[in-house]
Amino acid sequence: MLRFIARRLLETIPVLFVILTATFFMIRFVPGGPFTAEKAVTPEVMRNLERAYDLDKPLWQQYTRYLRNVLLHGDLGPSFKYPNRTVNEIIAGKLPVSLELGAEALVLALVLGLTLGVLAAVKNNTWIDYVCSSAAMTGICLPTFVLGPLLVLLFAIHLGWVNASGWDGPADRILPCLTLGCVYAAYIARLTRGGMLEVLSQDYIRTARAKGASEVRVIFKHALRGGLLPVVSFLGPAIAGILTGSFVIETIFQIPGLGREFVNSAFNRDYTLVLGTVILYATLIIGLNLLVDVVQVWLNPKLKFE
Amino acid sequence: MVSLSPQNLPSADLTPAQLEQGTSLWRDAWHRLRRNKLALFGGIVVIGFTFTCVFAPWIFHLSYQDQNLDLGATPPSAKHWLGTDTLGRDLLARTLYGARISLMVGLVASLVALAIGVSYGAVAGYVGGKLDSVMMRIVDIMYALPFTIFVILLMVFLKDPMQAVDAWLGRFSLFGFHVFEGMQGVGKILLLFAAIGAVEWLTMARIVRGQILSIKKMEYIEAARSLGLSNRRIIFRHMVPNVLGPVIVYTSLTIPAVILLESFLSFLGLGVDAPMSSLGTLIKDGSEKMEEFWWLLVFPGGAFSLTLFSLNFLGDGLRDALDVRASKD
Repeated sequence: MLRFIARRLLETIPVLFVILTATFFMIRFVPGGPFTAEKAVTPEVMRNLERAYDLDKPLWQQYTRYLRNVLLHGDLGPSFKYPNRTVNEIIAGKLPVSLELGAEALVLALVLGLTLGVLAAVKNNTWIDYVCSSAAMTGICLPTFVLGPLLVLLFAIHLGWVNASGWDGPADRILPCLTLGCVYAAYIARLTRGGMLEVLSQDYIRTARAKGASEVRVIFKHALRGGLLPVVSFLGPAIAGILTGSFVIETIFQIPGLGREFVNSAFNRDYTLVLGTVILYATLIIGLNLLVDVVQVWLNPKLKFE
Repeated sequence: MVSLSPQNLPSADLTPAQLEQGTSLWRDAWHRLRRNKLALFGGIVVIGFTFTCVFAPWIFHLSYQDQNLDLGATPPSAKHWLGTDTLGRDLLARTLYGARISLMVGLVASLVALAIGVSYGAVAGYVGGKLDSVMMRIVDIMYALPFTIFVILLMVFLKDPMQAVDAWLGRFSLFGFHVFEGMQGVGKILLLFAAIGAVEWLTMARIVRGQILSIKKMEYIEAARSLGLSNRRIIFRHMVPNVLGPVIVYTSLTIPAVILLESFLSFLGLGVDAPMSSLGTLIKDGSEKMEEFWWLLVFPGGAFSLTLFSLNFLGDGLRDALDVRASKD
């Protein structure tokens, strides 16, 4: 297992390197710079600005310098649009918010999805199954940018139970997490239902029942472990989706997280901030995918670390 | 055990001519699809909706860009079935035109993904060996990348070059005719096709490769070979039809995924530009004004969800009907 993890970690290095390089040059080769949008500046000021941010140096020199700073010092450079702030500071300030939102949404999706899925599978072909399955299908077809505004319209504007936007008290977490988690809860419910149905029809479940195990024990001790496998392999894409999905959620609910910052920085052509966030997101997603793979093999004795 | 008398055979009520013809994969699939009510409903809605969107200009005689500032935003009425937006434009027309763009992006970008995925997967599966493992390793690695982020970057950074394409299209004349007149914004839509298509081909490549690999080893291919069939006949008669099923199913499931991604981008302000609008743009506008004018959010959002709903059900139904077992993710 350690060898598996070590090999996967080694593989990650060239991937991250390619991402960094590709993003770096993609940003630089397109017209328009971080200072072009601002009010007309004199050539002198422009030159000074460029010198301050090393933009006057040859491209490869900028690249090697950036690479060295990132690798040796973990320094992602100064932001182009926020004077006197480094990318590291900005990320450190905004990332916790996005991570909290993502983690809460994921927990909500798991709890809601597993409950609905197990219920639907156990009560297969009864009205409970139909209600759970239709709820899941509705969730899949209601994307966050439709669901979010609708929830705001209903619960914040008409009923006035929660704030329409912001990120201060615990009550402000409810709508964003619900919006972000709903789609994934729906997918998880469908996968759990399918996985459970398949497992419940297998011989070892019949054996467990024949031994006189209670129905609760059969479901939670014997079936759930196998039924969860499709859900675990879905967690990789789900985590990536929740992280990028928060771009829209943070825009809808005006949450000061990294997702909104990333989209803004791309619009503003804040080179270093874009690069830093892309590297961070890539590392996060690849790392979490690795974690998911490990859990998957650990849960399923049929798979082996190879 | 039921004895297999001719009466018990499923084909007992067929005419001799039909019996002789046998039943093809496609006819089987059609029978199964017809029994799946939800998929059938999805199919009917998709076809009906697409038809309405394509022929909207002739059916409703409404313009999506005619403004009526005196009218402003009005709730649904007999004249404007879905109401009007703040500039007095008919919402029904705008929703239909928006859906038109969304459906078109969904279809074309899926075809781009299809072309890339099928050729990549077919080469990997057919050639096999070292090349196959390298090619599939690349796909594995790309799976782990945060692609939405790259699509966002592409859309932001290639916006200006695409506007240059638009300007060129506006000036372009063939024998004195401005053939692309009124097609501003096309550059950005082309960019959307390319960016989304370049992201969505991975699963298709995996499916096609797996299919080709397993078919290559099938006994019936060997049987066909030993019967002396030519390579061409084996490929077109036996391999292509067997790959076609999964490809059709997966394409039909890619279309809603692409529509979703396009609307996601439009919502962030990165999709198609005014005066054109996709459903995502309309939902974005609606969500900004929903406090006063709820219909601006509810109707485009409803149309969007209904489209996704039908496309997904149709795709799922096709998957069951064609008995494709490849996983979706």
